[in-house]
Amino acid sequence: MASALINVPPRARRGEIIEVKTLISHPMETGYRRSQLGELIPRDIIRLFVCTYNGTEVFRAELHPAIAANPFIVFSTVATESGTLAFHWSGDNGFSVAESVAITVE
Amino acid sequence: MKRRTSRRQFLLSSGAAAGFGLVSVLHVKPARATPAAMQEAIRKAVGPASVITGKVKLELPPLVENGNAVPLAVSVESPMTAADHVRAIHVFTEKNPQPEVVSFRLGPRAGRAGVATRIRLADTQTVIAICELSDGSFWSGSADVVVTLAACLEEP
Repeated sequence: MASALINVPPRARRGEIIEVKTLISHPMETGYRRSQLGELIPRDIIRLFVCTYNGTEVFRAELHPAIAANPFIVFSTVATESGTLAFHWSGDNGFSVAESVAITVE
Repeated sequence: MKRRTSRRQFLLSSGAAAGFGLVSVLHVKPARATPAAMQEAIRKAVGPASVITGKVKLELPPLVENGNAVPLAVSVESPMTAADHVRAIHVFTEKNPQPEVVSFRLGPRAGRAGVATRIRLADTQTVIAICELSDGSFWSGSADVVVTLAACLEEP
Protein backbone atom coordinates (compact mmCIF):
# COMPACT_ATOMS: atom_id res chain seq x y z
CA MET A 1 0.00 0.00 0.00
CA ALA A 2 1.09 3.43 -0.73
CA SER A 3 1.96 5.54 2.22
CA ALA A 4 2.57 9.24 2.44
CA LEU A 5 4.73 11.35 4.69
CA ILE A 6 3.74 14.96 5.19
CA ASN A 7 5.65 17.61 7.06
CA VAL A 8 3.63 20.69 8.00
CA PRO A 9 4.30 22.82 11.09
CA PRO A 10 1.43 22.01 13.51
CA ARG A 11 1.02 25.64 14.53
CA ALA A 12 1.82 28.91 12.82
CA ARG A 13 1.23 32.63 13.18
CA ARG A 14 -1.46 34.19 10.98
CA GLY A 15 0.06 35.31 7.70
CA GLU A 16 3.21 33.27 8.15
CA ILE A 17 4.56 31.45 5.11
CA ILE A 18 4.82 27.75 5.96
CA GLU A 19 6.77 25.15 4.06
CA VAL A 20 4.98 21.92 3.18
CA LYS A 21 7.00 18.81 2.37
CA THR A 22 5.35 15.70 1.00
CA LEU A 23 6.73 12.30 0.16
CA ILE A 24 4.74 9.33 -1.11
CA SER A 25 5.93 5.83 -1.84
CA HIS A 26 5.38 5.00 -5.51
CA PRO A 27 7.65 3.31 -8.10
CA MET A 28 6.97 5.97 -10.82
CA GLU A 29 7.59 3.40 -13.55
CA THR A 30 8.53 5.48 -16.58
CA GLY A 31 7.20 3.27 -19.37
CA TYR A 32 10.57 3.50 -21.13
CA ARG A 33 12.33 0.65 -19.32
CA ARG A 34 12.45 -2.93 -20.53
CA SER A 35 12.38 -6.10 -18.47
CA GLN A 36 15.12 -8.74 -18.81
CA LEU A 37 12.92 -10.41 -21.44
CA GLY A 38 13.04 -7.25 -23.51
CA GLU A 39 9.40 -6.35 -22.98
CA LEU A 40 8.46 -2.77 -22.34
CA ILE A 41 7.30 -2.29 -18.74
CA PRO A 42 4.03 -0.35 -18.88
CA ARG A 43 3.95 3.14 -17.45
CA ASP A 44 2.70 3.49 -13.89
CA ILE A 45 3.11 7.01 -12.52
CA ILE A 46 1.38 9.54 -10.32
CA ARG A 47 0.09 12.19 -12.70
CA LEU A 48 -1.44 14.76 -10.39
CA PHE A 49 -0.88 16.12 -6.91
CA VAL A 50 -3.29 18.65 -5.42
CA CYS A 51 -3.20 20.45 -2.08
CA THR A 52 -6.28 22.18 -0.70
CA TYR A 53 -6.40 24.44 2.37
CA ASN A 54 -9.85 24.32 4.00
CA GLY A 55 -11.33 23.35 0.64
CA THR A 56 -9.50 25.98 -1.46
CA GLU A 57 -6.87 24.72 -3.86
CA VAL A 58 -3.50 26.29 -3.09
CA PHE A 59 -1.10 24.13 -5.05
CA ARG A 60 -1.15 21.61 -7.86
CA ALA A 61 1.59 19.67 -9.64
CA GLU A 62 1.29 17.73 -12.88
CA LEU A 63 3.90 15.00 -12.85
CA HIS A 64 5.54 13.26 -15.80
CA PRO A 65 7.72 10.10 -15.95
CA ALA A 66 10.83 12.24 -15.29
CA ILE A 67 9.87 12.59 -11.62
CA ALA A 68 12.00 10.28 -9.47
CA ALA A 69 10.48 7.29 -7.69
CA ASN A 70 8.72 8.15 -4.42
CA PRO A 71 7.76 11.68 -5.47
CA PHE A 72 9.00 14.33 -3.07
CA ILE A 73 7.37 17.73 -3.45
CA VAL A 74 8.11 20.87 -1.45
CA PHE A 75 6.05 24.04 -1.70
CA SER A 76 4.85 26.83 0.54
CA THR A 77 1.57 28.38 1.53
CA VAL A 78 0.38 31.23 3.73
CA ALA A 79 -1.15 30.17 7.04
CA THR A 80 -4.46 32.03 6.83
CA GLU A 81 -6.71 30.20 9.32
CA SER A 82 -6.87 27.09 11.46
CA GLY A 83 -8.14 24.04 9.64
CA THR A 84 -6.91 21.20 7.51
CA LEU A 85 -4.52 20.87 4.64
CA ALA A 86 -5.75 18.07 2.39
CA PHE A 87 -3.45 16.33 -0.09
CA HIS A 88 -4.47 14.13 -2.98
CA TRP A 89 -2.28 12.09 -5.31
CA SER A 90 -3.80 10.41 -8.38
CA GLY A 91 -2.31 8.52 -11.27
CA ASP A 92 -2.20 5.49 -13.55
CA ASN A 93 -3.99 2.23 -12.75
CA GLY A 94 -6.54 4.03 -10.60
CA PHE A 95 -3.95 5.20 -8.08
CA SER A 96 -5.53 7.55 -5.58
CA VAL A 97 -4.33 8.46 -2.10
CA ALA A 98 -5.69 11.20 0.13
CA GLU A 99 -4.15 12.51 3.33
CA SER A 100 -4.90 15.47 5.53
CA VAL A 101 -3.07 17.36 8.25
CA ALA A 102 -4.51 19.74 10.83
CA ILE A 103 -2.94 23.15 11.39
CA THR A 104 -3.56 25.65 14.17
CA VAL A 105 -3.14 29.31 13.28
CA GLU A 106 -2.81 31.84 16.07
CA MET B 1 31.17 -36.22 -38.39
CA LYS B 2 28.65 -35.51 -35.80
CA ARG B 3 30.99 -32.98 -34.17
CA ARG B 4 31.38 -30.98 -37.37
CA THR B 5 27.67 -30.70 -37.81
CA SER B 6 27.26 -29.47 -34.31
CA ARG B 7 29.98 -26.85 -34.78
CA ARG B 8 28.27 -25.64 -37.93
CA GLN B 9 25.02 -25.51 -36.12
CA PHE B 10 26.67 -23.65 -33.30
CA LEU B 11 28.18 -21.08 -35.65
CA LEU B 12 24.92 -20.66 -37.47
CA SER B 13 22.95 -20.21 -34.34
CA SER B 14 25.51 -17.90 -32.74
CA GLY B 15 25.60 -15.81 -35.91
CA ALA B 16 21.85 -15.61 -35.85
CA ALA B 17 21.92 -14.72 -32.17
CA ALA B 18 24.52 -12.01 -32.79
CA GLY B 19 22.43 -10.62 -35.60
CA PHE B 20 19.33 -10.73 -33.47
CA GLY B 21 21.23 -9.13 -30.62
CA LEU B 22 22.37 -6.30 -32.85
CA VAL B 23 18.86 -5.71 -34.09
CA SER B 24 17.42 -5.80 -30.60
CA VAL B 25 20.11 -3.40 -29.31
CA LEU B 26 19.18 -0.93 -32.03
CA HIS B 27 15.56 -1.49 -31.22
CA VAL B 28 15.97 -1.12 -27.45
CA LYS B 29 17.74 2.24 -27.72
CA PRO B 30 15.15 4.62 -26.34
CA ALA B 31 13.73 7.43 -28.37
CA ARG B 32 15.38 10.60 -27.06
CA ALA B 33 13.72 13.93 -26.91
CA THR B 34 15.76 16.40 -28.89
CA PRO B 35 16.21 20.12 -28.27
CA ALA B 36 13.63 20.51 -31.06
CA ALA B 37 11.14 18.33 -29.17
CA MET B 38 11.80 20.42 -26.07
CA GLN B 39 11.12 23.62 -28.02
CA GLU B 40 7.86 22.09 -29.20
CA ALA B 41 6.86 21.14 -25.65
CA ILE B 42 7.72 24.65 -24.46
CA ARG B 43 5.63 26.11 -27.29
CA LYS B 44 2.71 23.95 -26.17
CA ALA B 45 2.94 25.19 -22.58
CA VAL B 46 3.69 28.82 -23.40
CA GLY B 47 1.57 29.40 -26.48
CA PRO B 48 2.39 32.30 -28.78
CA ALA B 49 3.97 34.40 -25.97
CA SER B 50 7.71 34.95 -26.01
CA VAL B 51 9.92 33.70 -23.19
CA ILE B 52 12.35 36.14 -21.59
CA THR B 53 15.47 34.92 -19.79
CA GLY B 54 15.61 35.97 -16.16
CA LYS B 55 13.74 36.06 -12.83
CA VAL B 56 13.79 32.24 -12.55
CA LYS B 57 16.45 30.54 -10.47
CA LEU B 58 16.84 26.84 -11.18
CA GLU B 59 19.00 24.98 -8.70
CA LEU B 60 20.46 21.62 -9.71
CA PRO B 61 23.74 20.02 -8.69
CA PRO B 62 26.27 20.66 -11.50
CA LEU B 63 27.56 17.09 -11.30
CA VAL B 64 25.13 14.24 -10.72
CA GLU B 65 26.29 10.74 -9.88
CA ASN B 66 22.90 9.08 -10.08
CA GLY B 67 20.40 10.43 -12.59
CA ASN B 68 17.55 8.52 -10.93
CA ALA B 69 16.99 11.11 -8.23
CA VAL B 70 18.33 14.60 -8.81
CA PRO B 71 17.24 17.31 -6.38
CA LEU B 72 15.72 20.25 -8.21
CA ALA B 73 14.60 23.57 -6.76
CA VAL B 74 13.00 26.44 -8.64
CA SER B 75 12.45 29.89 -7.22
CA VAL B 76 11.10 32.99 -8.91
CA GLU B 77 11.54 36.63 -7.95
CA SER B 78 7.95 37.60 -7.32
CA PRO B 79 6.10 39.41 -4.52
CA MET B 80 3.32 36.78 -4.78
CA THR B 81 0.49 39.26 -4.27
CA ALA B 82 -2.98 38.99 -5.81
CA ALA B 83 -1.92 41.54 -8.46
CA ASP B 84 1.53 40.12 -9.22
CA HIS B 85 2.18 36.43 -8.70
CA VAL B 86 3.49 33.33 -10.39
CA ARG B 87 0.75 31.26 -11.97
CA ALA B 88 2.77 28.25 -13.07
CA ILE B 89 6.27 26.83 -13.21
CA HIS B 90 7.13 24.29 -15.91
CA VAL B 91 10.33 22.26 -16.11
CA PHE B 92 11.69 20.80 -19.36
CA THR B 93 14.71 18.70 -20.34
CA GLU B 94 16.55 18.38 -23.61
CA LYS B 95 17.50 14.72 -23.72
CA ASN B 96 15.12 12.76 -21.51
CA PRO B 97 12.77 10.44 -23.47
CA GLN B 98 10.05 13.03 -22.87
CA PRO B 99 10.81 16.76 -22.61
CA GLU B 100 8.16 17.55 -19.97
CA VAL B 101 9.26 16.99 -16.37
CA VAL B 102 6.71 18.69 -14.15
CA SER B 103 4.25 21.58 -14.09
CA PHE B 104 3.51 23.34 -10.81
CA ARG B 105 0.44 25.57 -10.49
CA LEU B 106 0.50 28.09 -7.72
CA GLY B 107 -1.06 31.41 -6.83
CA PRO B 108 -0.93 34.25 -4.32
CA ARG B 109 -1.78 31.78 -1.54
CA ALA B 110 1.69 30.25 -1.94
CA GLY B 111 3.29 33.29 -0.27
CA ARG B 112 6.64 32.51 -1.84
CA ALA B 113 7.40 31.31 -5.37
CA GLY B 114 9.64 28.40 -4.50
CA VAL B 115 9.15 24.69 -5.17
CA ALA B 116 11.38 21.65 -4.98
CA THR B 117 11.24 18.02 -6.06
CA ARG B 118 13.47 15.19 -7.27
CA ILE B 119 13.73 14.38 -10.96
CA ARG B 120 15.28 11.81 -13.31
CA LEU B 121 17.89 12.77 -15.87
CA ALA B 122 18.81 10.45 -18.73
CA ASP B 123 21.92 12.27 -19.89
CA THR B 124 24.23 15.24 -19.47
CA GLN B 125 22.03 18.06 -20.60
CA THR B 126 20.43 21.44 -20.05
CA VAL B 127 17.33 21.71 -17.89
CA ILE B 128 15.02 24.70 -18.36
CA ALA B 129 12.42 26.11 -15.97
CA ILE B 130 9.79 28.48 -17.32
CA CYS B 131 7.42 30.46 -15.14
CA GLU B 132 4.19 32.13 -16.08
CA LEU B 133 3.38 35.36 -14.25
CA SER B 134 -0.08 36.71 -13.56
CA ASP B 135 0.47 39.46 -16.16
CA GLY B 136 0.82 36.76 -18.84
CA SER B 137 4.58 37.07 -19.36
CA PHE B 138 6.90 34.09 -19.36
CA TRP B 139 10.39 33.98 -17.86
CA SER B 140 12.97 31.24 -17.96
CA GLY B 141 16.07 30.01 -16.19
CA SER B 142 18.31 27.10 -17.06
CA ALA B 143 21.00 24.88 -15.58
CA ASP B 144 23.58 22.56 -17.14
CA VAL B 145 23.98 19.19 -15.50
CA VAL B 146 26.62 16.51 -16.00
CA VAL B 147 25.18 13.05 -15.33
CA THR B 148 27.48 10.07 -14.82
CA LEU B 149 24.85 7.34 -14.24
CA ALA B 150 21.81 7.88 -16.42
CA ALA B 151 18.25 7.12 -15.40
CA CYS B 152 15.70 5.29 -17.57
CA LEU B 153 18.14 2.87 -19.21
CA GLU B 154 18.83 0.23 -16.59
CA GLU B 155 16.92 -3.02 -16.27
CA PRO B 156 14.93 -3.54 -13.10
